[in-house]
Amino acid sequence: VDSGSDAQLLTALRAGDERAFVALVRRHHAPMLRLASSFVPNVAVAEEVVQDTWVGVLRGIDRFEGRSSFRTWLFRILVNRARTAGARERRTIAVGDTGAVSDTEAAVAASRFGGGGSWLSPPERWVEEVDDRLEAGKLAGFLRTAIEDLPDRQRQVVTLRDIEGLSSEQVCSVLEISESNQRVLLHRGRSRLRQALETRFGRPS
Amino acid sequence: MMRLRLWHRDLVCKQAVELVTGYLEGTLSRSDRRRYEAHLAGCPHCTEYLAQMRKTIELTGTLTPDDLTPQMQDDFIDLYRQWRAEGISG
Repeated sequence: VDSGSDAQLLTALRAGDERAFVALVRRHHAPMLRLASSFVPNVAVAEEVVQDTWVGVLRGIDRFEGRSSFRTWLFRILVNRARTAGARERRTIAVGDTGAVSDTEAAVAASRFGGGGSWLSPPERWVEEVDDRLEAGKLAGFLRTAIEDLPDRQRQVVTLRDIEGLSSEQVCSVLEISESNQRVLLHRGRSRLRQALETRFGRPS
Repeated sequence: MMRLRLWHRDLVCKQAVELVTGYLEGTLSRSDRRRYEAHLAGCPHCTEYLAQMRKTIELTGTLTPDDLTPQMQDDFIDLYRQWRAEGISG
């Protein structure tokens, strides 16, 4: 069952196959939990949101027409519920959480450039380092933590784009943000991750 | 010669690092893309920077989802059975 496509599993689920449901849950659980966690204050609430989302899926399964991918549909339901839960838990939504993306965060600290805008402190090398000498598990652990440390909205976009492999269009649809905001958030998130890798593994060239 | 210099001065490193995502996404205007590529041709640091951004994306893409614990899996099976049996209330 686990190897079926989402569409095949959905068909089986509609026909009442419990294993298909479990396979879908297992496949999508981790990304759902990660995404939910970026909207709500703790894991317990995030788990509730994920459960709640599956209830919504079971209820709405006959209305899902397959015009968007199952994953996009699933994540949209999740984001809706997570936003509601997040607002309820926090009572007030932090300023800047829902507003437009301002354009002030630099990809690289301004202090690393000279007055003319050229590198003063150029990127330290780390690509070879992580390729040759680093244990994959260690690197994954480091990167996960770095992603968790990203501001919520950057984390949402980076997770969906670079871990889940959604297209920019799908991410805009799931998070209900504009194409340009999506790009700015992606840029900042990736830039921060690059910086984290440099800080941890860089060697002056 | 003159032209290359002008280009190089046109786009400084501090600006180039802000164009990387647009470049990789294919959303830069033609002229910005040209300016960016011309800058890369003369700037090893920004070339390295682009390689690092590519590597960052590649590494992020290799992260695999954490597994569902057996306990959570059982919870979901219960959820499903409940839904099948009576429909979920609320």
